[in-house]
Amino acid sequence: MNETIRELLAKVGGLPVAVETLEDGADLYAAGLSSFASVQLMLAIEEKFDIEFPDNLLNRKSFASISAIEATVAQILKAREAA
Amino acid sequence: MDMQVSFLDRLFDAGLLIDTGVDGLYGRSGQFEDVIAAFERLIDNVGGADGAEAMRFPPGMNRAFFEQSGYMKSFPQLAGTVHSFCGNELDHMSLLKCMEVGEEDWTADQKATDIVLTPAACYPLYPTVARRGNLPKSGGLFDLQSYCFRHEPSKDPARQQLFRMREYVCMGTEQHVTDFRQLWMDRGVEMMKSVGLDVTIDVANDPFFGRAGKMMVNNQRDQNLKFELLIPITSTTNPTACMSFNYHQDSFGTKWGLNLEDGSVAHTACVGFGLERIALALFHTHGLDTKAWPESVRATLWG
Repeated sequence: MNETIRELLAKVGGLPVAVETLEDGADLYAAGLSSFASVQLMLAIEEKFDIEFPDNLLNRKSFASISAIEATVAQILKAREAA
Repeated sequence: MDMQVSFLDRLFDAGLLIDTGVDGLYGRSGQFEDVIAAFERLIDNVGGADGAEAMRFPPGMNRAFFEQSGYMKSFPQLAGTVHSFCGNELDHMSLLKCMEVGEEDWTADQKATDIVLTPAACYPLYPTVARRGNLPKSGGLFDLQSYCFRHEPSKDPARQQLFRMREYVCMGTEQHVTDFRQLWMDRGVEMMKSVGLDVTIDVANDPFFGRAGKMMVNNQRDQNLKFELLIPITSTTNPTACMSFNYHQDSFGTKWGLNLEDGSVAHTACVGFGLERIALALFHTHGLDTKAWPESVRATLWG
């Protein structure tokens, strides 16, 4: 999942730095992720993983780092399995 | 009949607003305009000494700048574009025929012009300032007023499709522009008190479109980027935003290439007065006849 998220981030994140240089825990907003790019990333992740972010996870925190995104996606996938 | 409709009807009956047959598109009486003019003088009295550079743009803006602003990403549902007939004589004949028969939409062949209706008074400002080159060390302070268009037809007289927005826009460092915003939040409360209006200030969000917009809303609120000064007009439980205080971080600075003297990207903030809403709040609170308003309010507005 980490790889896929990194690919999408490279594609729609519009970051001024190469995604490979970012640690999993690096602050993506500090790295230059704009508000609008985070929305693009959210939509790309939804499509790729065939999931829908619930309203309570549509916030900055969910997209703050690559590991935060992984955790959020994992949480959504888990909730879907449980459902 | 709900409260919004009845207040609108009272405004029509009193002649303060003039019905045009379209919800949210109204004429204004002399008395209504007099209140707006008086309130704008009050704004001048409070903010005049700050030395803002005044600019007035018509209520249409360059379509290229509108496109660059990204408005369609966030608020496609509110935008209004200006279209015109650009055909030849033959096209004119079919246009007239189409209008006469009335079965088809005669506007379908209208072509987009280079003009888009201004969605907020400050939109034409950013590209104008960017063209001048770097901002001076002291930053920039601008005074704007324009009719603005938002496509949201409603019976609520406080939600008009064409309305006036008076704005101050500040450009500079983060500290500079957030201080400016705080100053106007304090001033706004004082100003409204001085004309006898009950106000609260609350964190707010713009009406971003769709699910993606939900995330923009959450981001905006989490970061306290927008505050509104609220006054009861058509509802006490949902008071109306009559002023807004917006901190754009460096997003407009980056988008438009607004840089400070040292080359760093400018932060920006704007403070907007919804002039019709403030006039409506005054009429709602003090009654529909300005001559009967409390003496202290009249003195503040008309001296």
